[in-house]
Amino acid sequence: MSVEAREARQPWILLSPALTAVALFLFVPLLFILVYSFWLRTATGADQAGFYLDNWREALTDTFYRDILFSTLRIAAITTLVCALMGYPAAYFIARSKGNKAILLLMLMLPFWISYIIRTMSWINILGVSGALNTFLLWIGIITDPIQMLYNETTVILGLVHFLLPFMVLNVFVSLEGIDTNLEDAANSLGATRWETFLQVTLPLSLPGLAAGGLLCFVLGAGTYITPLVLGGPRDAMFANLVFEAIITQLNWPLGSALSLMLLAVLGVLVMIYNRYLGMAQLMKGLG
Amino acid sequence: MSSVTLKNIVKRFGTFTAVHQANLEIPEGDFVTLLGPSGCGKTTNLRMIAGLLDPTEGEIQIGGKRVNDIPIHKRNLGIVFQNYALFPHKTVAENVAFGLKYRDVPKSEVASRVQAALDLVQLPDVGDRYPKALSGGQQQRIALARAIVIEPDVLLLDEPLSALDANLREDMRVELKRIQSKIGVTTVFVTHDQSEALAMSDKIVVMSAGRIEQVGTPEEVYNAPASEFVANFLGASNILQGTCLGKSGSDVAVETSLFGTVPVPASKASGLDNGPAKLVLRSEKLTLLPPGADTTGMITAPATVETVDYQGQTVRYFIRTGDTQLQAINLIDERPFPEGTEVTAAFRAKDCAALPGA
Repeated sequence: MSVEAREARQPWILLSPALTAVALFLFVPLLFILVYSFWLRTATGADQAGFYLDNWREALTDTFYRDILFSTLRIAAITTLVCALMGYPAAYFIARSKGNKAILLLMLMLPFWISYIIRTMSWINILGVSGALNTFLLWIGIITDPIQMLYNETTVILGLVHFLLPFMVLNVFVSLEGIDTNLEDAANSLGATRWETFLQVTLPLSLPGLAAGGLLCFVLGAGTYITPLVLGGPRDAMFANLVFEAIITQLNWPLGSALSLMLLAVLGVLVMIYNRYLGMAQLMKGLG
Repeated sequence: MSSVTLKNIVKRFGTFTAVHQANLEIPEGDFVTLLGPSGCGKTTNLRMIAGLLDPTEGEIQIGGKRVNDIPIHKRNLGIVFQNYALFPHKTVAENVAFGLKYRDVPKSEVASRVQAALDLVQLPDVGDRYPKALSGGQQQRIALARAIVIEPDVLLLDEPLSALDANLREDMRVELKRIQSKIGVTTVFVTHDQSEALAMSDKIVVMSAGRIEQVGTPEEVYNAPASEFVANFLGASNILQGTCLGKSGSDVAVETSLFGTVPVPASKASGLDNGPAKLVLRSEKLTLLPPGADTTGMITAPATVETVDYQGQTVRYFIRTGDTQLQAINLIDERPFPEGTEVTAAFRAKDCAALPGA
């Protein structure tokens, strides 16, 4: 075998374990789900194999599903925005701090050592009726009866931001780290103030990181089902909760499959739009 | 255009002192080079003039006015960085126009000034391209255009040529000097390359370990080094221990064990008192001749060629006289002396310099 052929083969050899795993554990199950979504759940509770469009008709026409899909996307969008606004300054601080970056990054990663479910549930101890905040407010006498602060959309967003913020910070941090500080010095020396330099140089050059962090937050936020379950009220269900409901509670696998594919398709389209926009941003190289 | 003055500048980073008591006067319109090895404090000085670093002590003046507390964006300086530092997300024209946005330049004038700057650096047609599409040398020209289009009071060049290949570097050296003399801007140039410093500067400031060793014209620092460090940093020198026997006429007599008494011109032996001294003998001035050659007016000693370092146009010999090894860099006439040849090492007393010291 020629050297070229061997070198061309090498990446595929290295990729093959990962490719096998993705094929077996992602694409094959997805295929099952696709097939399932065209089956029919009969009145007896048994699944009828075949090619029926009933589940898709229900998923696409029932306004109940549509409304929850929209509110899921809205919650994900708000979460992403909050993460960007909170995460960017933090990432900037870490990227520009001298010396102790490793410790700051470690602190950022620290929450990942605790289960996401436990972290979500910790808010119950803080915001619950007998939680820390109520106890404190009662103690200093601002309130006389505990307030129910949990189980609404705000706490769902709070929980999601808590979960997703490190992803935003890390992505923005990486792109800020990649910016040559001489560029900022150059802009400064040419007459731009620090704020103008930020707007003209730093922000545009860090947009790819901000966009990547935003995409990650949005997709993970839109697909979440633990957070609304733990921190949301009965009316705060998100789309993934509907899938859970259909498959686990109602044992209606065909409908659940159609719903989950619907969410996948919507997020996939959004990712594609995002990609296209990012490609354009890359072409125009940012805001400037 | 303005003069630049450093008064008793000290810069400390924690317990490390990067610049000790630097005093420097750069006249308006001069091209001054800060020369020294890495870590000598030359870049620290430049960054303090730029306002990118604050001096721990002392005063920096530009055009006679103290600028210590003036932020960088108000100093009106043009800086060219070693790695060009062009904005990758802006076109070449946008890069060059960047500084004009913050000066009250009418929109109609911006384009013509950008074009004039691009013409000056001889890249008139690249305005629409992105920096990435240009070669390293072209990017450095654009960085220069961006720095001079704002008509800065002082132009600061931080090793602008060291990222370029050898040939390109020499072209850019000539180019940079041409542009500087054309616009006449006061220029501070930082480099570790002695040939750049000698070729381009009106004055050279030689620095070592945070201290200014010598300030002078290229000829002065080359011919009459003020310290052993300067003698060795600008070209190669042989330093011989000797004794100063005192002044006689326009010469200072320095006695060495190898060459006897050498009458060094007094202009190149300043600060020398009777007693221990060092004779500085430049390797380029030490000529190897076949035994028996005419050496009238020269000081000589017999020597043996130990090592030959062939460099094409020149050759660097390591020779032994007695128990001392000396270095000689000579032009090659036909072919170099082979190793082991007995030769006569000869030099003229007027080519030597002398330094005080044990």
